[in-house]
Amino acid sequence: MTFVAWQMLTGDRAKYLGLIFAIAFSTFLMSHQVSIFCGLMNRTSSQIDDVQDASLWIMDPKTQYLDETKALTDQDLYRIRGVQGIEWAVPLFKGTSRAKGPDGKFRGVILMGLDDSTLVGAPRKVVKGDWRALAEPETIAVDQTGYEFFFPGEPYTLGRTLDLNDRTVKIVAIIDSSAPFVNLPVFYTRYSQALQFVGRERNLMSFVLAKAAPGVSDAEACRRIADATGLKAVTANAFAWETIWYYIQNTGIPINFGITIAIALVVGTVVAGQTFYLFTVENLKQFGALKAIGVTNLVIVAMILMQAMIVGAVGYGLGISMTAAFFEVTQNNLDLRGFRLLPEVMLGTAAAVFLIVILASFVSVRRVVVLEPAVVFRG
Amino acid sequence: MNEAVICRSVVKNFGTGENEVKVLRGVDFDVHYGEMTFLVGPSGCGKTTLLSVIAGLLNATAGDLRVLGTDLAHLRNGKAVEFRRKNLGFVFQQFNLLPALTAAENAAIPLLAAGWNRRKAVDKAVTILEDLGLGHRVAAKPNQLSGGQQQRVAFARALIHEPRLVVCDEPTSALDADTGHHVMDLLRRIAVRPDRAVLVVTHDSRIFPFADRIAHMNDGLITNIEKNNEGELEHVA
Ligand SMILES: Nc1ncnc2c1ncn2[C@@H]1O[C@H](COP(=O)(O)OP(=O)(O)OP(=O)(O)O)[C@@H](O)[C@H]1O
Ligand SMILES: [Mg+2]
Repeated sequence: MTFVAWQMLTGDRAKYLGLIFAIAFSTFLMSHQVSIFCGLMNRTSSQIDDVQDASLWIMDPKTQYLDETKALTDQDLYRIRGVQGIEWAVPLFKGTSRAKGPDGKFRGVILMGLDDSTLVGAPRKVVKGDWRALAEPETIAVDQTGYEFFFPGEPYTLGRTLDLNDRTVKIVAIIDSSAPFVNLPVFYTRYSQALQFVGRERNLMSFVLAKAAPGVSDAEACRRIADATGLKAVTANAFAWETIWYYIQNTGIPINFGITIAIALVVGTVVAGQTFYLFTVENLKQFGALKAIGVTNLVIVAMILMQAMIVGAVGYGLGISMTAAFFEVTQNNLDLRGFRLLPEVMLGTAAAVFLIVILASFVSVRRVVVLEPAVVFRG
Repeated sequence: MNEAVICRSVVKNFGTGENEVKVLRGVDFDVHYGEMTFLVGPSGCGKTTLLSVIAGLLNATAGDLRVLGTDLAHLRNGKAVEFRRKNLGFVFQQFNLLPALTAAENAAIPLLAAGWNRRKAVDKAVTILEDLGLGHRVAAKPNQLSGGQQQRVAFARALIHEPRLVVCDEPTSALDADTGHHVMDLLRRIAVRPDRAVLVVTHDSRIFPFADRIAHMNDGLITNIEKNNEGELEHVA
């Protein structure tokens, strides 16, 4: 009877395609929106993720997330360095500045100031040049977004200059930064120079980056720093999640995406359910004939569920392929970098589609199960 | 025993209380093996209801009913479905073929429902369709077939699993007179066998000559039974 179920389903081309489309549409919308949402939320912690040399972030105890900081003092830095079990600790500035191109074009930029002597926190994905050259005076590393903004369409060339707070600086490296949450270029320079590029702030120590000594766990190191200094010390991973959660809890972004996703779910269920129900109702006479002939309810339910599962699987496959194709096509687009289809999202969407299909076939199954086979004799 | 179906004082009511409709009011009626029995009577007298009760699609409210030696009233629901699948063949007024299946696949459904593999089932369906003169249309979908051809596919579906009782409700009323005559002629020749009974509900008097026995029904009761002796109708009960 598998064959019969398959033929019944695909025999009505228009309805079959309608069902597939409804499922594919919801699959695409859900997986696409969830992916963008995850990518966007992931961006909030990009500048944490890009720091690869330090595992500990130390900050003012009231700091909630990456983008709003209260400066630490030199005193704090020395006290941290004095904590037992800390191998080293260096300052990090994170702030914004304004850069001006040779033609006068200007733009706000995220400015990261790295410890002068160690350059801890320097980006490691370098497209052109060398981050170590930041040791030279009046130099910066810019990301691709920044370079392409100031020198659109031009090949990546080192040694070009920009103005930061009326000081001319030389580009010594072009880097591939993880996309920040605000769509701004990311520049790196030395800590001491960041002061000159920002100008107005007196103290620039947004964070202290540190590393635990061998044999001391990160958690233990954090606890010791907190005890000794009263500052907040967390691992990079924990701070990244704190930042992500801050944005989830304090912005309208999750709600907006949530609404789209819920609509995709509801529309998918209703359209698929409606079409599937109409499909079943139109075939009611046929199901009645099958029941009269001696096909059991169990087999008929299995037939309907099989039809629903086929529609679900094909629709899901189509929809998820569309999402995958979208991210494939856009992966080289700088504005959309970092957005991709996560396996978790694929799985979650599959579960949602399964739910849609079960809900959509539920009404149909009920209708057929209660159907009196005697109706086949009625005109 | 020569009776495929024995009805004694069969009663069927629909609804309860004030809405109760008494449709069968004590039917006494037999269907014999080796015969084609017609059940005739005015519209609304209860023919389809009686047919449904005999076919195990409806439960009788009261009375005794033995079909092929089995007491249907005491069959559990699941068993009744299995009983129908194995022992009954159905022909409906509106054919009720599945539009997405070919003629052969439609005819094969009772075998598919019994778990036959598709190839074997369809092969057997083709053989029967050839007997019914449809050998050249086995791959056609119902909407590519004429009414008479569709009804012949329905006959094939009703007979393929060699049921011992075939029930037909108004098999010719959707067909013109000539086609109706033709398909009844076919049905008679291919369906009637010594070990099988055929019950046909109709009010199409033009096909009465095909009956071995005609039971007249009125207002929920069998009023008169005639037997066909070489074209002469003879009153028996
Ligand atoms: N499920 C039901 N519920 C209530 N009443 C019903 C039901 N089925 C049939 N009836 C009633 O039973 C009576 C007999 O119906 P039935 O279909 O058996 O007549 P029939 O002899 O086959 O008529 P026709 O020649 O028009 O097909 C009708 O009055 C009908 O309204
Ligand atoms: Mg009727």
